[in-house]
Amino acid sequence: MSYEGWILLTAALVGISCGVMGVFLILRRMAMMADAISHTVLLGIVTAYLITRELSGWHMLVGAIIAGLLTAVFVQWLHSLGVQQDASIGVVFTTLFAIGVIMIATKTGNVHLDVQHALMGEITFVPWQTMEIPLLGEVPQATFILSIVLAIVLVMILAFYKEWKITTFDAALAASLGIPVMLMHYVFMTLVSITTVASFDAVGAIMVVAMLITPAAAAYLWTDKLSIMLVLSAVFGVLSAIGGYYIASWIDTSISGSMAFATGILFLISFIGSPRHGFISRYIRPVTLAKE
Amino acid sequence: MSVLKVEDLSASYRKNKVLSDVNFNVKPGSLTGIIGPNGAGKSTLLKVMLELHPSLSGKVSFFDSTLAKTKRRVGYVPQRGSVDWDFPTNALDVVLMGLYGKIGWFKWPSKQDKELALEALAQMGMADYADRQISQLSGGQQQRVFLARALVQDADLYFMDEPLVGVDAATETAIMTTLKRLKSAGKTVMVVHHDLLTVEDYFDHVMLLNRTIVEYGKTDEVFTKDNVQKTYGGSLRWMKEA
Repeated sequence: MSYEGWILLTAALVGISCGVMGVFLILRRMAMMADAISHTVLLGIVTAYLITRELSGWHMLVGAIIAGLLTAVFVQWLHSLGVQQDASIGVVFTTLFAIGVIMIATKTGNVHLDVQHALMGEITFVPWQTMEIPLLGEVPQATFILSIVLAIVLVMILAFYKEWKITTFDAALAASLGIPVMLMHYVFMTLVSITTVASFDAVGAIMVVAMLITPAAAAYLWTDKLSIMLVLSAVFGVLSAIGGYYIASWIDTSISGSMAFATGILFLISFIGSPRHGFISRYIRPVTLAKE
Repeated sequence: MSVLKVEDLSASYRKNKVLSDVNFNVKPGSLTGIIGPNGAGKSTLLKVMLELHPSLSGKVSFFDSTLAKTKRRVGYVPQRGSVDWDFPTNALDVVLMGLYGKIGWFKWPSKQDKELALEALAQMGMADYADRQISQLSGGQQQRVFLARALVQDADLYFMDEPLVGVDAATETAIMTTLKRLKSAGKTVMVVHHDLLTVEDYFDHVMLLNRTIVEYGKTDEVFTKDNVQKTYGGSLRWMKEA
């Protein structure tokens, strides 16, 4: 595949996995949690590097899962001690992120791992770091890992679709039916962590939040059905990832920035134009259904 | 046989002790109204019994067994305000959720499950709204959907948290008819209730709760001026005099 082909494929994979996870992040009202995890995985990546002295995707994935889970556990713990949810997220993630930044700056030396890269990602480097896959030949490592992560995310979401749905909509009922709500919460946090770290190379810690939240928020405006919202969000994710790439090469600027910008444009279009919840339809459509 | 037996239960909420020394034994086939002032621990009591909120002490047994072993037989209707009604789903889907425990892991609701859910919606007079997005339902209709979801569980013991709050008169009648039908089918129902005026009409048993049980028994024996004043404090005017 061409150099550009790999970049577009990688971007599309980021769009789909972030789009799907984003739907549940929004419906679970955990957008802030995504922001937190996208930063704390940095600590996981650095720690994994310091222990193994290897900059491989797999080590980082494990490090990120641990960091993501630690974030979720710490936030829950502080919250249970009476600290407000948003405050505990703020305290936990800035602290863990700061430790990560300090470790990068002081311990990793001149390895290809710097704050700028972690925050902004660099999708143009993706096609150069390849690995040998049987049958497929030379495949960029980031693209391969993203495919695996996407497969895991899709299998987990589909296999436990109704459990995700009920724990998201009504956790109390779910618990009373014997569905392990807390376990599912941590599994979900794990999925968010691996999605985040796998998307890291392509878009970086800050922009991955845009990819997680904005396409899902836009999809929410177009439909009243969860399954359709998931599909739409994935489509929006792909559109903004690919659109962002072309915007960037057109005006010669940051790719991850352009992708995030593209998600914003899609959201704006949805916000203005969506037939159900859009800005325009609110003025055109007469109010027929009085809500309580 | 005992349906529900609670011994020496206590619980706290954000470091405040809200329930202590709670003891009672529920008669099979009874329809109980749980009443008490704001902050009396009514909702907390339900959540603690269902293990949705931790208890500090005490023992709760369901059907002479534990909750874990009898979960299928216990139904719960949370407060309507506890969920996000903008969630992208329709009424039928919400009712189907009542069957998720029974359907089990890795399986999707079957056609039969959907028929059961439709039937439950019809029983609550909501058959025409099955495909309606839940945010497009009125408060009363949303509450009926919640009731339908409980019906479809086909439990033997139901806990309902304020099902009559903020609903229209037609819904109130529909819900009470349903509760009485459940009772005549031999089911046991416990309802957190706020309207003292309707207690005598609606419930054959009443639990007066204010951080502990003030009285619990048959409505005509327990629901007296003295007991209600003891529960709510002196500020409440006894409505029978008004």
